[in-house]
Amino acid sequence: MLEISNLDVSVRSKGRLLPILQDVNLTVRRDETLAIVGESGSGKSMLALAITRLLAPVKSFELRGKVVFEGHDLLTLGRREMAAVRGAGIGIMFQEALGALNPVARVGAQIVEALRQHRAASASAARAAAVELLRDVGIPAPEARIDDYPHQLSGGMRQRVMIAMVLACEPRLVIADEPTTSLDVTIQSQILSVLRELRAKRQMSMIFISHNLGAVAAMADRVAVMYAGQVVENAPAAEIFERPRHPYTRALLAAIPRVDRVRDLSVIPGVVPRFDALPRGCRFAPRCAYRAPACEAPQVLAALDAAARCCRIGEIPGVAAP
Amino acid sequence: MSVAQRLRLRVFPRLPKALLLGGLTFLLVCALAAALPAFSPFDPAEQDLMQRLEPPSAGHWFGTDNFGRDVFSRVLWGTRLSLLIGLGATLAGLVAGGALGIWAGFKGGWADAAVMRLIDVLLSFPSFILCLLIVAVVGPGVPILIFAIGVSLVPKFARVARSSAMAIGGREYIDACRTMGASDLRIMVRHVYPNVAGELLVLASLWTANAILIEASLSFLGLGIRPPAPTLGGMMLEGLNVLHEAPWLTLMPGAAIFVFVLMLNVIGDRMRDAVDPRLRDV
Amino acid sequence: MLAFIARRLASALPTAFIALVLVFFIARILPGDPALAILGDSASEAALVALREKLGLGRPVWEQFIAYMGDVLRFDLGVSMVSGRPVSEDILHALPYTLELTASAILFGIVAGVPIGIASALQRNGPADYVSRAVSLVGLSFPPFFLGICLLLLFAIVIPVFPVISVHEGGSLRGRLMALALPALTLGIIFMAFVARSTRAAMLEVIPEIFVRTARAKGISEWRVLLRHMLRNALLPIITVVGLYFGILMGNSVVTEIVFTRPGLGKMIVAALNSRDYVTLQGLTVVYCLIVIGVNLVTDILYGLADPRVKLA
Repeated sequence: MLEISNLDVSVRSKGRLLPILQDVNLTVRRDETLAIVGESGSGKSMLALAITRLLAPVKSFELRGKVVFEGHDLLTLGRREMAAVRGAGIGIMFQEALGALNPVARVGAQIVEALRQHRAASASAARAAAVELLRDVGIPAPEARIDDYPHQLSGGMRQRVMIAMVLACEPRLVIADEPTTSLDVTIQSQILSVLRELRAKRQMSMIFISHNLGAVAAMADRVAVMYAGQVVENAPAAEIFERPRHPYTRALLAAIPRVDRVRDLSVIPGVVPRFDALPRGCRFAPRCAYRAPACEAPQVLAALDAAARCCRIGEIPGVAAP
Repeated sequence: MSVAQRLRLRVFPRLPKALLLGGLTFLLVCALAAALPAFSPFDPAEQDLMQRLEPPSAGHWFGTDNFGRDVFSRVLWGTRLSLLIGLGATLAGLVAGGALGIWAGFKGGWADAAVMRLIDVLLSFPSFILCLLIVAVVGPGVPILIFAIGVSLVPKFARVARSSAMAIGGREYIDACRTMGASDLRIMVRHVYPNVAGELLVLASLWTANAILIEASLSFLGLGIRPPAPTLGGMMLEGLNVLHEAPWLTLMPGAAIFVFVLMLNVIGDRMRDAVDPRLRDV
Repeated sequence: MLAFIARRLASALPTAFIALVLVFFIARILPGDPALAILGDSASEAALVALREKLGLGRPVWEQFIAYMGDVLRFDLGVSMVSGRPVSEDILHALPYTLELTASAILFGIVAGVPIGIASALQRNGPADYVSRAVSLVGLSFPPFFLGICLLLLFAIVIPVFPVISVHEGGSLRGRLMALALPALTLGIIFMAFVARSTRAAMLEVIPEIFVRTARAKGISEWRVLLRHMLRNALLPIITVVGLYFGILMGNSVVTEIVFTRPGLGKMIVAALNSRDYVTLQGLTVVYCLIVIGVNLVTDILYGLADPRVKLA
């Protein structure tokens, strides 16, 4: 349903062209949930914005490659055509819902706005549908809540409103960008179950972006791991968690604290490189436990296995060869 | 550290280079304006009744007025006068308003409430009307004008200083200073003021231009410095009577005000962009 | 809602009161003897005493003050020392002209300034932005009386389209509009420059907000995003800033009325100043203050209506 091929995204900053995303290749099938995992600064949110062409200011970004959604290359669409795809074709919801909702418009009005854009409906019918949507996402007493303003709702409620707003257009693909990141742990699990329920009911495909591996485990069919603008590993969820292959994925999973095995917390040394100071060779090499001289030379991405982009993939102990 | 460096740190601490550059340019422009009369070819009071109302010519670049005085010279002197009053008023407003605002914002409580009320009251007079009143009541003269315009500027500076001081006063390092025994005065001078200084400076550069406009308007209404002293506004008032025959009498001083204020506004804009592009105009 | 208005009103009243007190004292501390100022040097002592008695200058200050407050509340602003007519009558006669002028200037400024500011912000650092920023800067640097004189020269003298003396006592609407045009334009252009800058600044704050991105993500049209999401939020700081500017607008109107010889409060106040008619001066100041306080109140209320985050209850 969605096929991203060789996507490159660069940003023009202070006269230079900085690469943000490099050679991203991903596929999302119908009824499939693809999770995109990575640290802050890995480019996951950028990817979501690039797919939906919401990167702003438009003139500062350069996108190359293909993003084919239901047969059309989104990168070639004009403004109006793209607007038509957004909402009904691809819906995207953001984190930090207080800033993400219009502070001066009622919650119901914002949902109705989405509804009436993609479906011809009278004002009263749209309002009734909005109430139902709020009920679907688990907001109690939706008839009262529908006229509230965003600042009158709690964080969890606002995230549900976001979900309702996205679902209002009945999208075929939903991109959820860090839907639980700004919420308390208990609310997080509620939101995740809401998402699962709706996904099953409406048979939506989903791209689930998060740095929370627990949430990913609960939601994903496939997982793509991103580091510094590149997809470094791409595999079904079970395989990623049980048999991680790329050194970065292995380090990430090893860093999860476990209650049952008492040992020191393992940490990935170093920090994610900034986009204006990327290493010449493998981007993860400076922090990699399996670093070798070959890793410091510029990598030819096409030669690497797309499922696990490491030039030493066959040589790392404990990892099955492709 | 040298004296100059010490001075810079004490009076203008922690300000971005661009702001200081703007401030320097501002002072340069002011110094230039103050020096203008040095270029004046004639004595501004010198009358030559044989050459009344002459249009601009090689001898008199801006023409002559109805007493035969050289308009160009009068414009130069008038510009300096306007600058003196405008700058003086802004400085007065800055110092008084800034101190008041810092004190109110920092102390809080009744002090803050009282000052807020005072600011509200002062702001309920249109600043121009307030100046009109003061000048009418007390009489014309440079110090009075500086006082009147300065008073109308006090609430504007006080407001900004107050909100800055409130934000800073709430920070934890202020409490730390207090526990170390620092007096309120010391804290205000050494900690609050440096952080407020940048904003106040930018505001000052913007309001100087405005102060000059107010002075010009006052003298245009006949309330500023009395003739025969050359004031730009006063010259325009005199020129109004002969607008048909000798428009240059009104246009030249007007253009001078306009150019001068425009330059100050441009510099003020640059300074504002350097510090905080979100500072509002008023 | 009503409670909100009531609270704002309650806050404005002490300010108004203190302002009135200030006006009272300013008028009282004037140097010199008002009776002398009115009757002149050659007046007899008896006449001076009689006039002082009439003006109530002999009574203790606090008695005068109570009389003054009582008068103000009854909208009795005294009798003009020059014309002998009640001040409030003169004010009521002049007020409509000033209101007319100010209102048209505000209308012009907003209608012209907001779109310019929006266009400027949307094309930041583009050619449209530079041009409008330059125009705004120029507009704000013009002394209002200079702009008025220039317009007068251009459109009433050089190209005689509009009347030079801007009053049209006759009933024709066209005449009134013609008389209003140049003064309103003078005030309006400067106000427009201010509005354009404020709108630009407010829009620049709103454009990068996430909720704008959310709106686009819903697939709604760009126009709708602009109006219902961006502009609607940008209105908040614009209302605040425009309200604060009103005082300057009033000041500019005084000078504009003089330049165009237009009847109104401005003309009254200058005449009163020149003839040292302190009673009229006092009355006019009271009126100006009340207008400004009133406008501030209205601005507060408008803001409360526009921003749902302000607690109205």
